[in-house]
Amino acid sequence: MEFVKPELEYAELLPLLIVFGGACVGVMLEAFLPRGTRRLPQVGLALVTVVAALVATVVVGMGLDEHAGADGSGGSEGRGLVGAMGSIVVDGPTVYLWGLLLVFALGGVALFGEQRLEGGVSAFTGQAAALPGTEGEREASTRGLEHTEVYPLLLFAVFGMLLFPASGDLLTMFVALEVLSLPLYLLCGLARRRRLLSQEAAMKYFLLGAFASGFFLYGAALVYGYAGSVSFAGINEAVRAGSANHGLLLAGIGLLAVGLLFKVGAAPFQAWTPDVYQGAPTAVTAFMAAGTKVAAFGALLRLLYVAFGGERWSWQPMLWVIAIASMILGAILAIVQNDVKRMLAYSSVAHTGFILVGVLGVQSAGDLAQGQYTSLEGVLFYLTTYGFAMIGAFAIVTLVRDAGGEATAYDRWAGLGRTSPLVAGAFAFFLLSMAGIPLTAGFIGKWAVFTSALSAGAWPVVLVAIACSILAITFYVRHIRLMFFTEPSQDGAGVVTRSSLLTSGTIVVCLAATLVMGVVPGPVLDLVTGAGDFIR
Amino acid sequence: MTEYIVLSAILFTIGSIGVLTRRNAIVVFMCVELMLNACNLAFIAFARQHGNLDGQIAAFFVMVVAAAEVVVGLAIIMTIFRTRRSASVDDVSLLKF
Repeated sequence: MEFVKPELEYAELLPLLIVFGGACVGVMLEAFLPRGTRRLPQVGLALVTVVAALVATVVVGMGLDEHAGADGSGGSEGRGLVGAMGSIVVDGPTVYLWGLLLVFALGGVALFGEQRLEGGVSAFTGQAAALPGTEGEREASTRGLEHTEVYPLLLFAVFGMLLFPASGDLLTMFVALEVLSLPLYLLCGLARRRRLLSQEAAMKYFLLGAFASGFFLYGAALVYGYAGSVSFAGINEAVRAGSANHGLLLAGIGLLAVGLLFKVGAAPFQAWTPDVYQGAPTAVTAFMAAGTKVAAFGALLRLLYVAFGGERWSWQPMLWVIAIASMILGAILAIVQNDVKRMLAYSSVAHTGFILVGVLGVQSAGDLAQGQYTSLEGVLFYLTTYGFAMIGAFAIVTLVRDAGGEATAYDRWAGLGRTSPLVAGAFAFFLLSMAGIPLTAGFIGKWAVFTSALSAGAWPVVLVAIACSILAITFYVRHIRLMFFTEPSQDGAGVVTRSSLLTSGTIVVCLAATLVMGVVPGPVLDLVTGAGDFIR
Repeated sequence: MTEYIVLSAILFTIGSIGVLTRRNAIVVFMCVELMLNACNLAFIAFARQHGNLDGQIAAFFVMVVAAAEVVVGLAIIMTIFRTRRSASVDDVSLLKF
């Protein structure tokens, strides 16, 4: 056995390295700066890191070369390269997802840094180790302490998210899955208000997440047993060549899918979604709802299309069932909620179903009509529209407050449209985009995924998807009616608090993105089309 | 060779049944660790079968990841325990439906 010195493509992996380096520097700042002075350097560092990584991503995206295929035969078309000894694949979809994730991370940093809403402190607990309701906690809050560790944790999570859809083998994918999950578990438990709920959300998310990653890992072991390799290219070859132990492969695909479908929050693995979305600090929920879903769908697409593309007929029926279950469950359970964050969480389960409709619409390029969007392009566009609408909606949830902090119960939102028409109007617009009303980004996204699934012959799923979209409109519109046409409740309504530029800027950017992608989707669709296909 | 795979499948099943049935968060967490170790066993057995090192490398990475998971997991379980004086997963029921 001979060891080969690994060669890294530093230039192409720069976005990853910048984010990881920034996170490490953030940890050093925590160690060496006195507690009172850490906030500004940490926020500044996080912003600079994310912006630098975004610039690096754009540069990498401009300079991607045509990929010739591993054996020089040009087997798979598309631009990019397989780097880090086959562990990391930088291709068009990867770069697009990197850009998207970093934009969402920018929104996350801005929401994390918001201090004006809580009267000069952040939304994170002053001292996570102090028990709720004790002297220690009161002292921490009167002294205005806060955890600035959240910024390095955010950067570590972003690093995991960037690595997740870019991974070129199952082992890298597993490590990325954990690197993205572990900081999020911690962030979920750090809310300043309602700390019991927050800790409970962290515990549920952690136990279920660890359980799901156990399934992912066993699936990886079985697929390795089948293919004799953990790299996606090697698995693809083994799958196409065929072998005796087909059962091993099917069990492996199933278990891997459980792990990834848990992360995207598809039914029947959606149980954690509403609890975690509700219990986590809303800034974390906003970042997590958008970022985790984008990263995990990127990973799911790469795994299913690149590694198991030859086994399409085995996993497509499974996705049919899961997509239908997610859409129906998400839409119906969202109707009966009376808390804004839970409603958004269940609607995200329904959206997972809609995106899965796009995922299962995969077909070979020859079968596509001219100018039609492939399922990959549809899913990438849907993720873009979904992420902006989710971050914007949760950012508005942080604004509506009463004496006890954020007011998320429905009756606190009654009549909000009369006291603060602008904020309520913006929230209504995000809801309409999620519902998929024409002239919003969500409509184009739904159109793209549904048509690609339809042309792949999955018309029963598309029928259910359209029915669920109509069902979903009821609870979105009900919330809009609540804001604009219902009298404020007698026992106190939520009031829109003035925020600093960090939150309001995020909302405005998300609003503009949702509007522009709905009215002139051309540029973003061109970008998605230009991203090309996955390479092997 | 098959014996090792069967053993790892049995360990994995014991672990996942434990996660679903045990009530103490620490024990649930231990069952998750058992699942990860079952994966390690499968990785190493398959590595021997295929005669390459990928599976053994994977086992090393899994051990490191499991250690990191312990750090985060025990921190979360500890905070809950100190708040509620109980590590039972049945008590964690403020958020539901």
